[in-house]
Amino acid sequence: MNFLGYLITGQFVAFFILALIVIASAILMLNFNKVMYMALAIGGVFVGVAGIFFLLNAEFIGIAQVLIYAGAITILMLFAIMLTHEKDGESNSKGWIHETASFVFVAILLAGLMYGIRTSTINWSPASDEPSAWPVGQNVEAVAASLFQTYTIPFEVVSVLLIVALVGAVVLARKEE
Amino acid sequence: MVQITPYLALAAILFSLGLYGVLTKRNIIIVLVSVELMLNAANINLVAFARLGLNPSINGQVFALFSLVIAACEVAVGLALLISLYRHRATSDVKEINLLKW
Repeated sequence: MNFLGYLITGQFVAFFILALIVIASAILMLNFNKVMYMALAIGGVFVGVAGIFFLLNAEFIGIAQVLIYAGAITILMLFAIMLTHEKDGESNSKGWIHETASFVFVAILLAGLMYGIRTSTINWSPASDEPSAWPVGQNVEAVAASLFQTYTIPFEVVSVLLIVALVGAVVLARKEE
Repeated sequence: MVQITPYLALAAILFSLGLYGVLTKRNIIIVLVSVELMLNAANINLVAFARLGLNPSINGQVFALFSLVIAACEVAVGLALLISLYRHRATSDVKEINLLKW
């Protein structure tokens, strides 16, 4: 059975459902009136993207996505919204000229991207069901080996960046005496 | 049978939605959330190329992990700035933050 040139399989159906969840949550996020609902809708996007990662045999990134995005970042956003409690939320927009211009710009960009993806002459050889770069079920081992052998110095630098960002956030948000 | 083009198309749509949110929304928190959408779209591309690209390798996933860390830093500092701003100006509307004009 074929659909737009793609063979219908379980994986394709799973991809289709996950993509639908991601895009629907993103559109809901842009259309809600209350900031709180927006922050909750973004959780759907993050969980859907985590599912996409699982579909691509990237289990470690998928788990990290659930922990960091769906867990920490969504909750942090909710805290920030509650601390800066909005009176009326996102009621008034920036004006219809601004919105129309933005929409046209984004639509042109998306059409260009889609055209490029659809007509690219690169021969993306359809990969087999087995990931070729790492053995099945050993994704975490492969990530760890790459992270601690090839990318050791970037890994250490990123940890320094993380501590600097967190200390900086505490200093910025602290009450001044 | 697995192909990469659907993943690229999904990432392009997600990126466009995030860009539209950044350009049109007035609440700073929602602008930050939209930036997160765009970063997620980039992560989808990285992981898709790591699995289905011309040269599949684990490097794409490691890059996605680094971009995840950068996104966490960005949110922490951005929300700290927002709280500091709210304390001084009592607003989270990008249109009312107009001290620097041109």
